[in-house]
Amino acid sequence: MSLTDFSQLNIGDTVVETEIELSRASLVDYAGASGDHNPIHWSERFATEVGLDGVIAHGMLSMAVVVAPIVEWLGDPGAIVDYRTRFSAPVLVPDAESGTPATPTAVLSLTATIGAIDGAVGTARIDVTVKSGEKDVLSRTQIRVTR
Amino acid sequence: MPVNSEKQGASYSLPRPYEVSREAIAEFALATGAKSDYHFDTEAATALGYKDVVAPTTFPVIIAQKSEAAYISDPESGIDFSKVVHGSEQFTITRPIVAGDSLDATTHVDGVRAAGNNAMITTRTEITDPAEQPVVTVTSTIVVRGDGE
Repeated sequence: MSLTDFSQLNIGDTVVETEIELSRASLVDYAGASGDHNPIHWSERFATEVGLDGVIAHGMLSMAVVVAPIVEWLGDPGAIVDYRTRFSAPVLVPDAESGTPATPTAVLSLTATIGAIDGAVGTARIDVTVKSGEKDVLSRTQIRVTR
Repeated sequence: MPVNSEKQGASYSLPRPYEVSREAIAEFALATGAKSDYHFDTEAATALGYKDVVAPTTFPVIIAQKSEAAYISDPESGIDFSKVVHGSEQFTITRPIVAGDSLDATTHVDGVRAAGNNAMITTRTEITDPAEQPVVTVTSTIVVRGDGE
């Protein structure tokens, strides 16, 4: 069903490389859309009281914004049969010092490469690295796709 | 360990099905950078072979977290939500969710084990259609930080 032709790809090919900006407004939008209203994602006071360095992004927000450009590249949301990750480090999203709270204060850098291809059954595995600065914030991120 | 390991094997279901709306799909897509028109425009979705707008890949987490919440907020689970850290997440997708779906969900507590001073909990939420056919399985691990840190 996918519009992507895996036969044109090789293991190790980078298929998506991009940066995603996050702001405090992104976290509030995600809280509303997802129903995850945990205050560690919007209240500085609460976040520091429970031992965090500040307000952090929902792990599931990172997971969602990372897969979006990859789905766009695939051309069909039905191509993905498995998507998994581990949350290895929190992503701090400070309030912008001035201007609108939609001003980005954190950046995720993602690189998606082809990890495996099974041409006979028409499946592929995409391995994704996701960093904020030098730190891997998601790890062992894998997307399995089928045609 | 305040987390109750006897809850391993327990199951929690949504009290009523989650009804998937076009508005919920559009709002989730906007909040997560999913810009493709098949999340917003029924014609674009039907052109790809879907019966209505298609949900983004991680949309099922909305339903899974509603179902998991029944376990996490169960006083007998012993979980202090302010000490919960998300460890990992996996979606195993039989078919994408589309607007108009009416979905049941049952969360199974697959594992509760001590990891040092913490507890590590694995839940598996099976999301199914009215014919009890699988749609998406969401497997989640959470870490409940122990006291005395």
